[in-house]
Amino acid sequence: MAERPSPNQTVFAPWTDPDAVPLIRIEGVTKRFGDFTAIDNIDLNIYRREFFALLGPSGCGKTTLMRMLAGFETPTEGRISIDEQDMAGVAPNRRAVNMMFQSYALFPHLSVWENIAFGLRRDGADKDKIAARVEEMLKLVQLERFARRKPHQISGGQRQRVALARSLAKAPKLLLLDEPLGALDKKLRQDTQFELMDIQEKTGTTFVIVTHDQEEAMTVASRVAVMDNGRIMQVATPAEIYEQPNSVYVADFIGDVNLIEGRVSSIDEGRATLDWAEGQHPITGQASGSLSKGGRATFAVRPEKLYISREEPTERTNRVWGKILDIGYLGNLSTYHVETTGGQVIKCEMINVSRIDRRDYTWDDEVWLSWSDTAGLVLPE
Amino acid sequence: MKRLSAFNVVSLTLGFAFLYIPMLILVIYSFNESRLVTVWAGFSTKWYGELFRNEAMIDAAWVTLQVAFFSSTIATVLGTMAAYVLVRQGRFMGRTLFSGMIYAPLVMPEVITGLSLLLLFIAIGLDRGIVTIVLAHTTFAMCYVSVVVSSRLVSFDQSLEEAALDLGATPFEAFRLVTLPIIAPAVISGWLLAFTLSLDDLVIASFTAGPSATTLPIKIFSSVRLGVSPEINALSTIIIGIVTVGVISASLISKRAITKRIREEQAAV
Repeated sequence: MAERPSPNQTVFAPWTDPDAVPLIRIEGVTKRFGDFTAIDNIDLNIYRREFFALLGPSGCGKTTLMRMLAGFETPTEGRISIDEQDMAGVAPNRRAVNMMFQSYALFPHLSVWENIAFGLRRDGADKDKIAARVEEMLKLVQLERFARRKPHQISGGQRQRVALARSLAKAPKLLLLDEPLGALDKKLRQDTQFELMDIQEKTGTTFVIVTHDQEEAMTVASRVAVMDNGRIMQVATPAEIYEQPNSVYVADFIGDVNLIEGRVSSIDEGRATLDWAEGQHPITGQASGSLSKGGRATFAVRPEKLYISREEPTERTNRVWGKILDIGYLGNLSTYHVETTGGQVIKCEMINVSRIDRRDYTWDDEVWLSWSDTAGLVLPE
Repeated sequence: MKRLSAFNVVSLTLGFAFLYIPMLILVIYSFNESRLVTVWAGFSTKWYGELFRNEAMIDAAWVTLQVAFFSSTIATVLGTMAAYVLVRQGRFMGRTLFSGMIYAPLVMPEVITGLSLLLLFIAIGLDRGIVTIVLAHTTFAMCYVSVVVSSRLVSFDQSLEEAALDLGATPFEAFRLVTLPIIAPAVISGWLLAFTLSLDDLVIASFTAGPSATTLPIKIFSSVRLGVSPEINALSTIIIGIVTVGVISASLISKRAITKRIREEQAAV
């Protein structure tokens, strides 16, 4: 979303603008349930028109954070403000925030039409206005033909769209989506992701999505917050999260990654070199965080950035030899698992550009893996 | 249709015979010409006529219906409220104690409930009559209602209520517009249960009834003590008839609703 280049449109990145006023300010928020700390001192700004993803494994606190925005939970400490208004003591029904529930929470005794009209009716708008708005929403999610049906009379994908229409009907300042696509099958989920982005752009609403599916977060979001144990590990654009993870946790959580532990032998102009095994060349990558010479560090490199060859690629600094342990053929790619010194297994992904199966490498072949100096990151322990 | 084996036929017949022969005999003897209950003297419907001319009996029936209606309605309101708080409010001080106290009257012997209510009514100087029976029946029927309703509330998806709040409904609107319509079947069955319990209660009613108001079970019980009359047989037959019609139509209605729902769900995919 953020990086969509267009000649007459500047890149959407309000978080880089120091003058931009965030829609949501989360300041020093902590939430405890008895002895358990669900949210641990979080600071976060979310801007207008953003599609923001809270990503993390189950139990990381992402749902609790979202429920605090909706007003179903109150922070133990700290402050949440939306549109410059402090939300402390504001009941869920008095917030210009709507939520799409994971279970959709459609009212089973009401028709699709009445479900969408429910929120509008609570505001006491007049009948014609409500009817016009409901029709507009039905059109937005392409469900005009199903208006009179009850939720149990439509399919799962249609229910998901009703839930979306219902939560958008009141034109909220902020829409919260709790695992919105969790109940759909893979194909439908991918289509719906693009539909969601489309609707977000059309309506200009700020979306905050909670998900444990990193692919989903990367696809839809302008920025992603990776959470673990009630803390935010990193907030950045999907590309930054993937290419510039700030910790081993983030690198490991997003996508596939090879992690090689070693000792820093030199740090020079943003480059760090790591000794990691006897009989192997030291490996070099971009230095990240607070590294110290002689200290332990982890080298992180994505499998698709590696190149496999039979001869030693002497022109490259980063080269590792080993023996092929496993080959996975995925159609578009092949994955090679290469065992190197000390039992360390490194994964390498090669795109199958040619249709002809050359079978260059096979099990137990001795091979070299190599990558450029900029491909990997050296992360502190 | 599967054919039943001989063994199954025998056990089925025995079971049903055990259950229904007493009632069948009662129904047959309600059409007996003779005043003597045990001697058959030919077919007649005269006892039904007698019954409708027996004003004391009609009055008692009317009192019973009134008591059942009011007590089950009040019990349903109170029981639903109790169930809602116990299931929804999460953990609060004394929750276990409260839920235990709600269920205690279920296992309390009726004699004790009746006696304690009688003592209470005497202590506060309330004259015994319809009002006291309604109060007494409300007291014990409310526990049954709260058991029925809370079992439904436990399986009720709480996010439905949150969705209503989220869309701008006040907590009361969320209850009235979302929760209540969805748990309505449980509330209605709670009401029906309270109604039937009140209809056939003898023990508690006999403690709390006064000379001004007698319920049908008390009336029947006291007249049977003087000897079984064919009138009572006629009355019982009418009650059996009403119950049978009620049960059959209820099961037909629910069966139709289920088939309709299944058909609609199939049409959706």
